[in-house]
Amino acid sequence: MSTIEMPKPDRSVIDRKALIVDALCKVLPSDSVIFDEHETRAYECDGLTAYRCPPMVAVLPRTSQECAAAMRVCHEMNVTVVPRGAGTSLAGGALPTADCVILGTARLKDVLEVDYDNRIIRVQTGVTNLSVTGMVEDDGYFYAPDPSSQLACAIAGNIAMNSGGAHCLKYGVTTNNLLGVKMVMSDGEIVEIGGGAMDAPGLDLLGLICGSEGQLGIVTEATLRILPKPEGARPVLIGFDSAEAAGECVGNIIKSGVLPVAIEYMDRPCIRVVEKFAKAGYPLCEALLIVEVEGSEAEIADQLSRITKIARALNPVEVRVSESAEQSALIWKGRKSAFGAMGQINDYMCLDGTVPVSELPYTLRRIGELSKQHGLDVANVFHAGDGNMHPLILFDANEPGEQEKAEAFGFDILRTCVDVGGCLTGEHGVGVEKRDLMTYQFNADDLEGQMQVKDVFDPTWLLNPSKVFPLQVSAQRRAGRS
Amino acid sequence: MTAFAAPTTETAVTEAVRAANSQNTAVQIIAGGTRGRIGSLRSGYECLDVSGVAGITRYEPGALTLEAKAGTPIVQIEAALDAENQMLAFEPMDHRALMGTQGTPTIGGVVACNVSGPRRFISGACRDFLLGVRFVDGQGRVIKNGGRVMKNVTGLDLTKLVCGSFGTLGVLTQVALKVLPRPERSATLQFEGVAEAEAVGIFCKAVSTPFEVNGAAWQNGAAMLRVEGLETQVSYRLGALQNLFQDQNPSVLEGDAHRNLWAGIRDIHAFAQTEDTIWKVALRPTAAPAFIAAARAHLNARAVLDQAGGLIWLAVPSSEPDQARVVRDLVPAGNGHATLVRGTTDLRCSVPVFHPQHPRLAQISEGLRAQFDPKGILNPGLMAG
Repeated sequence: MSTIEMPKPDRSVIDRKALIVDALCKVLPSDSVIFDEHETRAYECDGLTAYRCPPMVAVLPRTSQECAAAMRVCHEMNVTVVPRGAGTSLAGGALPTADCVILGTARLKDVLEVDYDNRIIRVQTGVTNLSVTGMVEDDGYFYAPDPSSQLACAIAGNIAMNSGGAHCLKYGVTTNNLLGVKMVMSDGEIVEIGGGAMDAPGLDLLGLICGSEGQLGIVTEATLRILPKPEGARPVLIGFDSAEAAGECVGNIIKSGVLPVAIEYMDRPCIRVVEKFAKAGYPLCEALLIVEVEGSEAEIADQLSRITKIARALNPVEVRVSESAEQSALIWKGRKSAFGAMGQINDYMCLDGTVPVSELPYTLRRIGELSKQHGLDVANVFHAGDGNMHPLILFDANEPGEQEKAEAFGFDILRTCVDVGGCLTGEHGVGVEKRDLMTYQFNADDLEGQMQVKDVFDPTWLLNPSKVFPLQVSAQRRAGRS
Repeated sequence: MTAFAAPTTETAVTEAVRAANSQNTAVQIIAGGTRGRIGSLRSGYECLDVSGVAGITRYEPGALTLEAKAGTPIVQIEAALDAENQMLAFEPMDHRALMGTQGTPTIGGVVACNVSGPRRFISGACRDFLLGVRFVDGQGRVIKNGGRVMKNVTGLDLTKLVCGSFGTLGVLTQVALKVLPRPERSATLQFEGVAEAEAVGIFCKAVSTPFEVNGAAWQNGAAMLRVEGLETQVSYRLGALQNLFQDQNPSVLEGDAHRNLWAGIRDIHAFAQTEDTIWKVALRPTAAPAFIAAARAHLNARAVLDQAGGLIWLAVPSSEPDQARVVRDLVPAGNGHATLVRGTTDLRCSVPVFHPQHPRLAQISEGLRAQFDPKGILNPGLMAG
């Protein structure tokens, strides 16, 4: 059923499994090395569940030194390594091959330092995104990037994919909140980059590592920026009859000088499903915006009055300013349950292209046309302030051919994103899912330049080698290993 | 310096770099020429003048994005943004006063040197607002990376790699930036007669509040906090901070006095008219007071603090090379670094301008340069440790 290819597993590696397991067990506690075929199955896929393959071995180190020891063994024995955080990637970033070792951060759970005076937290990267905020919120702080999987996803994966979230319009994404890393190189050496002081000397290797999808090294510790919590936050819900009016509203709000912390968008198909599920009282209209602002009561009131004035000039079908914590929760309830609600009624594929904000209405129209062409429904729910779209393509995974149909539709949407000046992925990463579209966004020189960077960090292409770059583009480099 | 070429298009840049590559001619990349004295000293190179590759190519205020060719003067970009009440939020420093240079600062120079200003500790550096680049590498390849959208994780982030690479990986031809609304109102709270330790105490307390302090600096015995935003936000935040610091009774500055103050902090006017050697030291803010006290004791140095204490500008009244060792020994190991920004020719020849890196990281950096500029023809040696 799958249309995304993975390289054929290397028999000569699998034949050496016992030797490899032995070598790993010599340098690691025995419970850190998982090689039983029933147990490795737990690592056969990530959030992109349509693709599965149990790894040869999974290793779960508890320290950077253990991670380095495992990496040294793999380097010496010429075994590919697929790094894994919590396995929530929607792009197949942690998808194994049958001849690989999964190096997981699940047991790297320590908080190493909390420094409020300098607004820094240092953690091992197996901690979840939400738990970072959990560790500091009683003292009035939070960690800003908030991917929707934040309850489960690990900081390791956030760094690998440069994760975003709903609030990055104001606070930026992972790369803007990451100050330093400890990283295990492909040969097992441990390096530290950045830290408590800003703008480390030399080339910006930290910026390069963030978002490198586990292809440059395995990040075991991270120094993160924490921020004081805002005094309060309140949303307004705005409904429009057309995507154009909603798009214009987003642009006008941003131009006005108000910087909301989030601008979320839902279209009619999404509202319909969500409303059934969450009963948030959303108006059934073409385009719904949830705009949230932060600050003290006076600051919130001022920002919301400016936003509603802008919205009212565009003939909205509804403007509902939250008047209480309960109303705020209800307005957000629908948005937050959108993915779950969709999952209740259908299988869906969640895309992640970004377009210039000015191109949102056109892109939505084009997605509608493509939906008719491909004969599959689509619902849109996304971060409008930064143009990061999440079309949900609805299909029946049990119906033969539907997965392929959905993938073809998805590819057409992502090509549209690139055509209007956007990109294939705003926050989920390329992984395997968008790998074969990379040549649509980048030409040969662009991709060669990126692969040459990997060559420097990982000369034999041991780390996550079958991701990000189309297989035929990376073939020679991967073949150089054997 | 002799002129090697002065291209006005990306294609012409490509041709010039290919020519330099085939002739093994090392070139120094220059546009406005205001930051040419930063970095390790080099001489005898021919000059690749890219100031002609200029012009704003796209500006969408509603999308908060601006694209410009690399040689575009900053004043031109700021004028366009100003007309829409927007700004470059990373407020790039103008190096002319400090470095004693003439010329016109360009966006390419800002990006190549990752130049930021007082908002860096909260809003981010140039690299955080850079959405995409086009550059010509040392082999004459045009490489594009990133784009013009605010969220983009497609492929490796060469955009960040190129930002702050001082032209050693390629010649920038085009950049795309995220811009932000200009604040409706902006004001300073000024605390007179405070020493560095007290100033850092004020910063730590102020930036741990939700009042979005986006400037926190100390010079000439005065600590300054800046608040910006909508009218209601600034009046609320000023009041809240005055309440928090009622014992110190800070005064409020607005208008020209406020604007000139922060431009002066950004551009280090305090040290511009001196002959002192200037160091830029980054560390954790709470480590700053001990560093300054020690630098004063050992080197008779003066300091300006910026970025809530995380950045120290140090003026040393000497050109002795031994100061490099003293300054770098005072930086807490693994938690800071010191860059020589201004110094005599002799000094720049005899000490590493950039803080020495861990050998493996230096090796990676050299490896990256070898990939993009295998013959070492672009600003060679400029970033040598």
